[in-house]
Amino acid sequence: MIAPALALARRTLMGAVRRPQFLAPLVIMPTLFLAVNTGGLTRTTDLPGFPQVGGFLDFELAGAITQSLLLGGVMQGIGTALEIEGGFFDRLVASPIPRVSIVLGRILAGSAIAAGQVVWFLVLGLLFGATVHAGVPGVLLVLVIGVLAGTGFAALGVVLALRARNASTVQGIFPIVFVILLVSSAWFPRELLQAPASWFADYNPLSYIAEGMRDPIISAVSARAALEGVAAAAAMTAAFVALAVWALRGRLRDA
Amino acid sequence: MRAVSRPAIETVGLQREFKGGLKAVAGIDLAVAPGEVYGFLGPNGAGKTTTVRMLVTLLRPTGGHATIAGFDVATQPGEVRRRIGVALQEAALDLLMTGRELMELQATLHGIPRRAVADRAALLIERVGLEQAAERRVATYSGGMRRRLDLAMALIHEPEVLFLDEPTTGLDPTSRATLWDEVRRLRDEGTTVFLTTQYLEEADQLADRVGIIDAGVLVAEGTPAALKAQVGAPHLDITLGGPEPDVEAARIAVGPIGELLTPGPGARGAQLSLRVAEGAAAIAPVVRALDEAGCVVEGIEVVRPTLDDVFAEQTGHHLEGAGEAQPVVPA
Repeated sequence: MIAPALALARRTLMGAVRRPQFLAPLVIMPTLFLAVNTGGLTRTTDLPGFPQVGGFLDFELAGAITQSLLLGGVMQGIGTALEIEGGFFDRLVASPIPRVSIVLGRILAGSAIAAGQVVWFLVLGLLFGATVHAGVPGVLLVLVIGVLAGTGFAALGVVLALRARNASTVQGIFPIVFVILLVSSAWFPRELLQAPASWFADYNPLSYIAEGMRDPIISAVSARAALEGVAAAAAMTAAFVALAVWALRGRLRDA
Repeated sequence: MRAVSRPAIETVGLQREFKGGLKAVAGIDLAVAPGEVYGFLGPNGAGKTTTVRMLVTLLRPTGGHATIAGFDVATQPGEVRRRIGVALQEAALDLLMTGRELMELQATLHGIPRRAVADRAALLIERVGLEQAAERRVATYSGGMRRRLDLAMALIHEPEVLFLDEPTTGLDPTSRATLWDEVRRLRDEGTTVFLTTQYLEEADQLADRVGIIDAGVLVAEGTPAALKAQVGAPHLDITLGGPEPDVEAARIAVGPIGELLTPGPGARGAQLSLRVAEGAAAIAPVVRALDEAGCVVEGIEVVRPTLDDVFAEQTGHHLEGAGEAQPVVPA
């Protein structure tokens, strides 16, 4: 199962590199969003109750990473749907490999791309004056949570593709995911959100993922935020990977 | 005592019904011997691709059963996949990869040891004549090159049974000839080939035996020669001339000489087909009879039985495009 999954992940990565028009929006759009936010809303940090941060960029970096990772999920979903539409998926299904490898290959590629996305935003942040206050362990923690979450979002993209079976539907469904991001604490502290947004944010795993990555950027690593971030990302990833495998089995059973 | 070899492909009452009640395959029984090239001929929508998709484990049968190399497609799909090569109707390739990369990926997916992957890929790339294009992305390949690459990928693990689903549809004559040569070579090497096609000539030229499918049912099966012999005598295609050709009068005039047939696809209003046991010797009496009936003969042609005639005899209609010009394959 591992060898074919790795071979398929490598293929997906090669495809991503060779199709920059798919890869570039993953970082360009959140970077622009980050630039607009940090350019015009810097005094947000003066609001009463806003966490103590070195700058608004420090605070917003985790939101940009989360948004970028969600876009990564869209890309994996569209990639899978295009494979189904184009027939390459059938080629893989007709190969003597464990069928789980087909989805695992795509999801593993999503993990590798997620690592690149996290590094992009950390480097960008550092270049524009942000600081990872928790130092190298903090960077590693952001990377761990980011890769875990990126893996989960890639799996979510695969689930949607396997259910929808065409790229335009996947593209159409994914904006809902961004609405879910907006009702989290990715861009704004939970403490300052009003009901019902605060209620949604409390139950939204994206809040804990963003906060888990934000915490080591704006302060020393705190066990609670780190554990909540890792747990939320891991639970979401486990759930979506399981759903992806289930969706694949369902699709093959219904064939 | 002579050993009886098991069929490479065997189906018994194979069925596939889709949601909504559409029965694409309505109970097919066939047996393909090892090393045989079996042509599965039928018009668009006859059930060819559905049958192939069941045999290659991409679709579950809803009735009956099928075995490949002795393994059941429904209960032992993994064993089946190890023994088959598949080139589906559309050459489903990753356009962003190079030909060589795709070959090596396919080799890896088929469990070929890593040290042998490159050699095996190179061998097959050479075999299908893609050495010059191997390092180029597949997006730059022509339709014929993609088909050849698709075929090479299907052969990477030396399958016992190769499924080719309409492999030459849309190809130019040269590419078609190259693929035909490859199928013949595979037959010579002893590979069982299940070839679906809507081209009569392709089935006639390549297949050891032909199964003709229409509306999900196998309507005739046998060697091309035997099937055509079943239809019997050749027929005359008669084209009437004159300002207002009287087809009905012509039918009455030639009726006693032979058997009037349903005009083939592409036939114009002033044409009739007449099956005659005597072949070309019947031309003179036919022309005479038409002359006496006041009909002007513009042209008359002796037509030997084709697989389309077999199809027409079994189903009452002709294969789509059978009367249209098919791409000529260079000798």
